[in-house]
Amino acid sequence: MSNARAKSMRTPLGRVRNLGAAHSGTGDFWRQRITAVAMTLLIVPVVVVVIMLLGRNQAGAAQILGSLPIALIMLLFVVASCWHMKIGMQVIIEDYVHTESLKLIAIMANNFFAVTVAIASIYALIKLSTGV
Amino acid sequence: MILSIVHRATGVALYFGTLLLAWWLIAAASGPSAYSYVQGFMGSFLGRLIVFGYTWALLHHLLSGIRHFVWDLGYGFKPNERETLTWGALIGGISLTVLVWIVAYAVGGGR
Repeated sequence: MSNARAKSMRTPLGRVRNLGAAHSGTGDFWRQRITAVAMTLLIVPVVVVVIMLLGRNQAGAAQILGSLPIALIMLLFVVASCWHMKIGMQVIIEDYVHTESLKLIAIMANNFFAVTVAIASIYALIKLSTGV
Repeated sequence: MILSIVHRATGVALYFGTLLLAWWLIAAASGPSAYSYVQGFMGSFLGRLIVFGYTWALLHHLLSGIRHFVWDLGYGFKPNERETLTWGALIGGISLTVLVWIVAYAVGGGR
């Protein structure tokens, strides 16, 4: 009996099932695809919204961005894009940064950046919708 | 082959380009002076160049990403199919960028 078998009752197949080469599962791979599909569906409405806003002053822009369907489109796009870019940048970091400490810092900075951009944009959109 | 790294490079550009989107939304929520400052920047030659680059990066990454969907689903692996998908993403990205900017100028330019 091997050492690994002695430590665990799980079979080798059970241990690796759904984990893949990264040993941490396919969750991010799947979320990368979901957010990509979401943005593929949202890109036309988002481009239309941006073109609607061109050349308008702040009052006009705020009025358009404050309307419910447009705010929703923008919110969904912000959430999908920030999530997608966080995962994408993490893949790049894992590919190119091999110093463990540097990798940790880079992944943390990546998370902070993505969350900050998302929250700031979401806050702005909510403020535009409620007018506070 | 080179297109694979272009997909990644446009992804990185969009990562930082998201700051433009956030800045613009925050300015719209902040008030007239902040918004006109953003408009001044985006309307300048440098600003237009950056936004044009952002538009291309976004649309190229989108089409190049659809190429990845096709591969994820198990199609398009034959050499000629790969070439078609890759050239389609490249030409489609540039064409759509020009089209979007023509529409943007036609609709928004007069305002």
